[in-house]
Amino acid sequence: MNFDFSDDQKQLRDQARKFLTEKCSPKAVRVVLDGKAPYDKELWKGLAEMGFLGVAIPEEFGGAGAGHLELCVIAEEMGRANAPVPFSSTVYLAAEALLIAGSDAQKKKWLPAIASGEAIGTLALFEGKGNPSPKNVKLMAANGVLNGVKKPVADGAIADFAVVAARNGSSGRDSDISLFLVDLRAGGVEVKSLSNLDPTRGQAEITFRDCKAEPLGATGEGWSILTQVLDRAAVLCAFEQVGGSDRALEMGRDYALDRIAFGRQIGSFQAVKHMLADMYVSATLARSNSYYGAWALSTNAAELPEAAAAARISATQAFQHCAKNNIQVHGGMGFTWEFDCHMYYRRANAMALVLGSLSYWEDQLIDRMRKKNAA
Amino acid sequence: MNFDDTPQEAEFRATARAWIGANAPKQYEEELRKSSLGRTVLKNANILEVAKAWQKKKADAGWACLHWPKEYGGRGSSPIERVIWQQEEGPFGQLSRMFIIGHGMCGPTMMAFAREEHKRTYLPPLASGEKVWCQLFSEPAGGSDVAGLRTRAEKDGDDWVINGQKIWTSGAHYSDYGILLTRTDPTVPKHKGLTMFFLDMKSPGVEVRPIKQASGASDFNEVYFTNVRIPDHQRLGEVGDGWNVSLTTLMNERSAIGAGVSTGFPELFEYCSSLMLDDGPAIEDRAVRSKLANWAVKTSGLKYTSMRAISALSKGERPGPENSIGKLVAGSMIQDVATYALDLQGASGVVSGEDAELAGRFQAMLLRAPGTRVEGGTDEIMRNIIAERVLGLPGDIRVDKDVPFNKIPTKGRG
Repeated sequence: MNFDFSDDQKQLRDQARKFLTEKCSPKAVRVVLDGKAPYDKELWKGLAEMGFLGVAIPEEFGGAGAGHLELCVIAEEMGRANAPVPFSSTVYLAAEALLIAGSDAQKKKWLPAIASGEAIGTLALFEGKGNPSPKNVKLMAANGVLNGVKKPVADGAIADFAVVAARNGSSGRDSDISLFLVDLRAGGVEVKSLSNLDPTRGQAEITFRDCKAEPLGATGEGWSILTQVLDRAAVLCAFEQVGGSDRALEMGRDYALDRIAFGRQIGSFQAVKHMLADMYVSATLARSNSYYGAWALSTNAAELPEAAAAARISATQAFQHCAKNNIQVHGGMGFTWEFDCHMYYRRANAMALVLGSLSYWEDQLIDRMRKKNAA
Repeated sequence: MNFDDTPQEAEFRATARAWIGANAPKQYEEELRKSSLGRTVLKNANILEVAKAWQKKKADAGWACLHWPKEYGGRGSSPIERVIWQQEEGPFGQLSRMFIIGHGMCGPTMMAFAREEHKRTYLPPLASGEKVWCQLFSEPAGGSDVAGLRTRAEKDGDDWVINGQKIWTSGAHYSDYGILLTRTDPTVPKHKGLTMFFLDMKSPGVEVRPIKQASGASDFNEVYFTNVRIPDHQRLGEVGDGWNVSLTTLMNERSAIGAGVSTGFPELFEYCSSLMLDDGPAIEDRAVRSKLANWAVKTSGLKYTSMRAISALSKGERPGPENSIGKLVAGSMIQDVATYALDLQGASGVVSGEDAELAGRFQAMLLRAPGTRVEGGTDEIMRNIIAERVLGLPGDIRVDKDVPFNKIPTKGRG
C-alpha cells in the first residue's frame, strides 16, 4: 500500500502551483469577476502550453498521455487559484465523455483541439430546476436534430461544442436518454449568458432549434455514460474544492495572525483558533476522501461510484465550510468586494451545485453503499 | 497511489491470516463483533482473562506488539504490516483494548527513557500481556492542565517518596505497573518542576479506588499515594524533565488512538438497513439518508486520513499532531450517532439494557460517549493542538507560565 501521490506527481503539483501563482493572481481573476472578459484567454493558452489541458488525454489524441492522478493534482491547483477558465467543463466533462464514448473520428476531431486550447467544451445536461435524472431530460432528439432548452450550461457562452443529453423515447427507462455532440458554432442554437453566483465561471441558457447533432455513444446508452462522466467529474471537482478549501483556510489563518484587536492577534482567541481548527478538520477529511476517489478513478476500480460520491460530499462540505468561515475570521472586511474572500465563497457555493446538489449526492452515496452491501 | 499488497505484504497477510484462523478464540467472535463503545462484554467469560490469554498466545508465536523491536517482545514489523495485522485480526482486536495504554504509551516511553536492563526486564511481559501497565498523569487539580499536577516526589536517600492523588487512570485496578508524573520542585514554574517514574502498582502505600462513571460502569480509577517509595533507578529522564518525557508519551498516545477510532457509523448503517419506520424502511427515508451520508464521509475520511498517515510513517516521516483529528471527529460523532439511533426508536428508545432494541447497544453508546470527548485530551485541547501546532496560531495567553508553581492559585477538580 502507498496511499499518496508519487514524487513526480507532487512535482507536477508544485509546477502547476508556481505557474498559477504567477499567471492567475487574484488581480487576474478579478478581470473576469468584474465582467471585463468572459474568461482568462491568456491563462487558457498558457495552460495548453504547459500541457495541463491534455494531461489525461492519450498521446495519440494530442495529449500528454499521463493519467487521472496527474489531472487530480492539477485540479487541486486550479481550485486553489480560483482559476477563471472553463477547465472543469472542458477537461472533466467534455473530454471525459469523449474518452468514454467517443468514436475514433470524434476523438480525433475534438481531443487534440482540447489539448491545444483551441476548443472549449461543455456538458449540457440540466433543464431548469432539479438534479441529474433521466426524467429531467426533456430536450428531444429525433431525425438527427435536437429541440429544447438547456439551462444552466456551465461555460455555455464560450463553448465551441457541447455534449448534450437528449430524450429519444418515453418508456420511463434510462434507455430513453442518449448523448449527442453538437458543434455550437455551426448554427441551430441560441446562447444567452446568465447572471450567476460565481461570475468567474460563466453559465448560459442554450436553446436548440432543429439543431444538427451526431450521436455520442450508442443510442439509449446516454444515461449510463453520463453516470460515469459525472462520477469522474465528481472526483476531479473534489480536488478543485480541496484546493479551494486549503486556500480559504490559509487566508483565514494569515489574517488571524496579522490582525490585531483588543491588543492581541485575533488568532490568539480560542473562538477564532477553534473555528480555524474545525476548518482544517473538514479540509483534511475532504482531502483524504478525495485521495481515495483519485485511486478509484485512476484504476477504474469497482469502488469508483461510492468513492466519487463520498469525495464529492466531503469536498463540497469542506469548501463551503472553509469559504464561509474565512469571511467570518475576516470580520467586516471579509464582506467587502475589495477583499478576495467572497470569490472563494462564490466558487464554493457554485461548485456545490454544478454537478448536482449535495442532497442529490448524499442520496447517491447511500444507494451505492447499499448496492455494495447487497453484492 | 495504490492499495495493493506488495508480494512481501501479501505473504505477511497470508501468514497472519492462517495463524489467526488456527488460533483465535472463535467462540467469542460473534460477541466481540457485536460489541461497541460502552459495551464490550462477554456473557460467560471474564474478558480480562480471555484478553490476556489471547495476548500471550500471540506473544508466544511472535505476533504481539508487532512494531516493537524483537528484543523487547515485539516483531520488528513495518507500520504497514501492523495495519495488515489489524485488518486480519478483525473483531479479536477488541481484546487488545486493555493493553492500548501499556503498548501504545508506557512501552514507547520506557523504550525512550528507561535503563537497558529495565527495558529487557519489563518490556517483554508487557508485550505478552502477562503484565498490564497504566498511565498516571491526570489529577483532580490537573485535567486538561496536566502540568498543574500536585503529586509530590521527594528525594530520600536512593529513593523518592511519593504523596498525592491521581485520577482517571484507566485500568489501574488490574494494572501491575504504571508510569507516574510527579512534581519534584514546586518552587519553579510548573512545566519545569516535573519528573517521571515507573512503579510497581503493588507497592506499599498505593491505593486504587474505582470511579463510578456517569455511565454507571467503572473503567477508570482514582489512585492514592501515601509515602510510596520508588528507587531512583526507576526514574525516566532527568529530574525536572518530566514534561518533555510526558510529551513523548502523549505523542504516542495520539498515534495509538488515531489508529482505531470508533465512530458508531457501521453500527448505525447496519441498524438503519433493516429498521422499519412508520412510513417504510429507514434506509429509504430522505432525512435518514442525509444523516447517514454525512456520517459516512466523516468515517471514510478518518479511515483514509489514517492510511495517509501510515503511508507517511512507512516513508520514515514522524506522526504529527495531524492525528489529533481522529479523536476530535470520532468523539463527538459517536455521541451524535447514538442520539440519532435512539431518536429513530421513538419513545421506546428510552428503554436500555437487555429489554431494549439490539439489547441496548445504542443506549450504552450514548451513556459512554461523553467520556470520549474528554479522555486523552478534550475536544478543546485537540482544537488548540491543531490551531497551534498545525496552523501555527499563537498559544493561549498563560498567566501561570512563569510563576513559581507554589504561587499559582487553584480551585475545582479536573
